[in-house]
Amino acid sequence: MRAVDDLSLSIARGEFLALLGSSGSGKSTLLNLIAGLDRPTSGAILANGSDLTTLSPLQLARYRRNTVSMIFQSFNLLPRMTLEENIDLPLRLAEVERSERAGRVREALERVRLTHRTGHRPPELSGGEQQRVAIARALVNSPQILLADEPTGNLDSATGEVILSLLRELQTQLGMTIVMVTHERPLAERFADRLATMGDGRLLDTTPTVRGAAQ
Amino acid sequence: MKFWDLSDLALRNLREAFLRNALTTLGVAVGVASLVAILSIGVGLQRFTAKRISQSGLFDTIFVTAKSNFRGMGRPQREAQSDKPARPLDEDARRELQKLPNVIEVYPQVRFFTEVRFHNKPYATVVAGMPESSRNSGAFDGMQGSFFSSADASEAILQIEFAKDLSDQPASLIGQDLALRYAERQAIPAASDTSSARDGAGFSVVPKELHLKIVGVVETEPAAGYGGTGNARLLIPLQTASALRAAQVNDLRDIVRGANANKAVYPSLSVRAKSPSQVAVLEASIKNLGFNAFSLLDASKSLQTFFSLFDSLLGIFGGLALSIATLGIINTLVMAILERRREIGVWKALGAADSDVQQLFFVEAGIMGLLGGILGVAFGWLLGHVITFGTNVYLKRQNLNPIELTSVPWWLVVAALLLGVLVSLLAGLYPASRAARLNPVDALRYE
Repeated sequence: MRAVDDLSLSIARGEFLALLGSSGSGKSTLLNLIAGLDRPTSGAILANGSDLTTLSPLQLARYRRNTVSMIFQSFNLLPRMTLEENIDLPLRLAEVERSERAGRVREALERVRLTHRTGHRPPELSGGEQQRVAIARALVNSPQILLADEPTGNLDSATGEVILSLLRELQTQLGMTIVMVTHERPLAERFADRLATMGDGRLLDTTPTVRGAAQ
Repeated sequence: MKFWDLSDLALRNLREAFLRNALTTLGVAVGVASLVAILSIGVGLQRFTAKRISQSGLFDTIFVTAKSNFRGMGRPQREAQSDKPARPLDEDARRELQKLPNVIEVYPQVRFFTEVRFHNKPYATVVAGMPESSRNSGAFDGMQGSFFSSADASEAILQIEFAKDLSDQPASLIGQDLALRYAERQAIPAASDTSSARDGAGFSVVPKELHLKIVGVVETEPAAGYGGTGNARLLIPLQTASALRAAQVNDLRDIVRGANANKAVYPSLSVRAKSPSQVAVLEASIKNLGFNAFSLLDASKSLQTFFSLFDSLLGIFGGLALSIATLGIINTLVMAILERRREIGVWKALGAADSDVQQLFFVEAGIMGLLGGILGVAFGWLLGHVITFGTNVYLKRQNLNPIELTSVPWWLVVAALLLGVLVSLLAGLYPASRAARLNPVDALRYE
């Protein structure tokens, strides 16, 4: 068994990269490594010039808190918290002052156009709305890198498109780097700058999309 | 994460699984309550005993006798070997003792065996003189009737058992009269021509009778069974008793030894110190004056040792209940980790350090401990009162005086609260570190 083996990939600042590949090709593991949730047994992951493999657990936690954010296929919202509380959690972890937090939560909700559903809990929302809350939670700490693990996997195609166009819009507004794992090549081709295809732990191919080539 | 944010989230988590966490908290409360209730009985009994002891005057009183008094009977006379000469315990000696520092009062022990007639029936009993100071010592608290109206009144207080001998309804005796029969010493005037009476060393004994009005009935005689001829069952004012000049046990012996019968010699004197702490020094200085002195201070010290052992034993039983509560907390938190595995993963993905997760579980345990402690102290206090109430109902049925059986001092409240929190934090130690060590990738995959 190998969970990623010999990949070498560099991603430019502000780029929207889609990672494609069959199941078990190591896409999600790669994403977890970039997210600082897992550590490689060999090799290096350089983010903003610092090697994640050399960071202490606390430094890695700080990296997850301030530099990188993640959204998931299953949204991973905390079901017992309201939308605001879910979005507020990264701010609490980063020890942002209480007075400042409410404004930033509000701003994040505005960005994903969900201000009308405040006070609700995640199970009361549709899948698309839940993913928008997850995006708002990922944005609230202004990360430089946004990692998306099959963000449209649980959504119908129309909603998936809405979510991806939202991601694209935010990326343009905020200048984040986005790395998205997906199975849906057509969507990836429409919204990403570059497609990287993985197979069996190896990087098979990277091609710029039409949008990427135009830039 | 800031402490208030952490507490806020911990409280929210506790509310979410309300029933389970409430039951766990109740477990801590029961543990703390049993500890508080049990220890409050220990403390209450200790206070009750200490109060009774101080009321009895046993521990602030030194019993003084003349050397070679109440000795002999096969025992080696150590005092006889001392370099201080034996001195008679007379009025001069009494005055000298009175002048010693930290002495409240010096009074003679008047105690004699005699006969009482009540409704023309004879009853044998021991009579004791009570100093006026015993009125305020608390020893007569809860008595039926009242204390002597004056220091030299012809009044009597009966010990309850004796009162029961006289009548089936002891309380009905109050206000009635009884006759005290006793033998009065009358000195034989010295006759210059007879060598035997040269020193006036002799007395005649004349039977006398004194009518006494019963004013009260008391449970036990204060300082009973000590320094005299057994439990007195009829108590009269000390001045009244002294004025009787009743023949006492040691009179005959004094005569044989050639003491002057005209000069009052006390069989023993009680010296009351201002506090039990001064007894040891005072006892030494009395011995220095050439008297025998004896106090029960050592007994008081061993009583303290007994109670500290007693409290520790009680504490162990209370601690057992608390240790079961500890297991409850561990169980609840370990269950919470299993349930919230994914949530812990999300926390970590959002940037929570291991210490954040650990602290969250720790604070949850601490809150359960604090709430359990507060509830437990309240329950324990209530339980103590219920026990006191039950005991007093029983005592009342047995015609005994009510007592304050339990006591919850402030230090017990603080200690119980601290213990509740401490035990909970200790119980949270393992679950918290387990939660902190969770691999976020595994945790996020968990369904």
